[in-house]
Amino acid sequence: MDRTIRVLVSKVGLDGHDRGAKVIAYGLRDIGFEVIFLGIGHTPEQIVITALQEDVDAVGLFVLSGAHLPLTKRVIEGLKEKGGEDIAILVGGAIPDEDKTQLKEMGVLEVLTSGIRIDQVAQLINDHAFTRASHKRV
Amino acid sequence: MDSKWRQLMTDMKSGSVPALSRLITRVESREPGWMEAMQEIFPDTGKARLIGITGSPGAGKSTLTSQVACILVEQGFTVGIIAVDPSSPFSGGALLGDRIRMRDVSCLEGVFVRSMATRGALGGLNQSARDVAKIMDAFGKDFVLIETVGVGQDEIEVVKTVDLVLVICVPGQGDGIQAIKAGVLEIANIFVVNKADREGADQVVLDIETMLELGSDSDALKPLIIKTIATRGEGISFLVDQTLDLLKTLDRKDAWQKNRIQEELIGLVEKEIVGLIKKHWNETGGLDRAVNQILDGESDPYSIAQKVTAPVAGFFKQK
Ligand SMILES: Nc1nc2c(ncn2[C@@H]2O[C@H](COP(=O)(O)OP(=O)(O)OP(=O)(O)O)[C@@H](O)[C@H]2O)c(=O)[nH]1
Ligand SMILES: [Mg+2]
Repeated sequence: MDRTIRVLVSKVGLDGHDRGAKVIAYGLRDIGFEVIFLGIGHTPEQIVITALQEDVDAVGLFVLSGAHLPLTKRVIEGLKEKGGEDIAILVGGAIPDEDKTQLKEMGVLEVLTSGIRIDQVAQLINDHAFTRASHKRV
Repeated sequence: MDSKWRQLMTDMKSGSVPALSRLITRVESREPGWMEAMQEIFPDTGKARLIGITGSPGAGKSTLTSQVACILVEQGFTVGIIAVDPSSPFSGGALLGDRIRMRDVSCLEGVFVRSMATRGALGGLNQSARDVAKIMDAFGKDFVLIETVGVGQDEIEVVKTVDLVLVICVPGQGDGIQAIKAGVLEIANIFVVNKADREGADQVVLDIETMLELGSDSDALKPLIIKTIATRGEGISFLVDQTLDLLKTLDRKDAWQKNRIQEELIGLVEKEIVGLIKKHWNETGGLDRAVNQILDGESDPYSIAQKVTAPVAGFFKQK
């Protein structure tokens, strides 16, 4: 598949000193992905609409406010409702260990901890995009 | 066209946003069948008006595009936005950040925003941006706004394909309008002096006026110059009014339109022929062989170019 992989990167909630979103955005660009960067201040509903308009393969949500569980849930539900259920969700930011399992159970592809390597993230998205392209996409 | 394309086309025509979005991806990626899809879409195009918005980096293009779209929506129109940013020449990836400034408009009812990377294809962006605009047109958008950075030839090419061009200038860039590349200035229908809250805006207006005085014969229709403060929405209503008025006076069948179709046609034919030859070369290893022949002094680029295009030349000789 030589279709360019597209990813949406968005920060949700208050802006902190976290650079995770930018590091991931630049890193994925340097691997050859097209990264739509949303910056701060978009609601889960706006993120869902954006993901659909941009036809991204994955959405990276960076949450620092501690509200990662409800926010992620709203994005996942919104995507499902609007026909974007095959878009992968990755969550980064300040995520306590004990919430990781719960996020995964909600259907999150990966929780981005600070130790994760960018090529690992890219590989995960790449694999997902491949199944998305060959099976699920209309 | 296979069943996947067919399904997407049907869904898109019935108003599905995910289908519209996926159709754009496929056409932009030139997936097999894209030409047939465009053939089917073409009869539904021609209703939307295309507006190009260009200017130097950071001039306020996204902010302004968003504001213009807002007003068009208030007036009852539907709007598509194509925001173009360059691909990295190293990785082929891109960071597309225009939506940061389009938050309020991108989720309004009737608005569809799509970020596009130039993808490094020489002159290729020109055609794929055109195609995306046509898909939005067929989807039913009344206006398609195309934001590009006015620095590269590719971007100038994109802007050339639209109905009307807004060139954004800003004060405080030292050399003022010099920052805008020659070639962009010539295609402006309206000059927007944005960031008019900053010192030096009037000087930029004067500079543009002087340049227009120098450059044109007195009969020609002079481009308008309009000051705006995009961040506060000031001057935008006036800009939209003037834009709509000007669009009314532009006749779709005029010489400029013919020119545009000509260019598009030549571009498509070029791509097709070169595409066929490249495909053949890939399958047969012909390109490698040709390169080696040239390196070994057995042939030269001119002979090989002539040989590989000989079937086409031969076809026309017969006629
Ligand atoms: N003072 C002032 N700042 C403005 C105005 N319009 C835009 N800006 C600011 O200029 C910066 C760039 O705005 P954008 O809309 O992103 O500009 P752009 O031309 O789309 O930028 P690129 O797409 O990166 O080339 C932002 O910080 C805006 O808030 C204006 O009228 N006055
Ligand atoms: Mg911009």
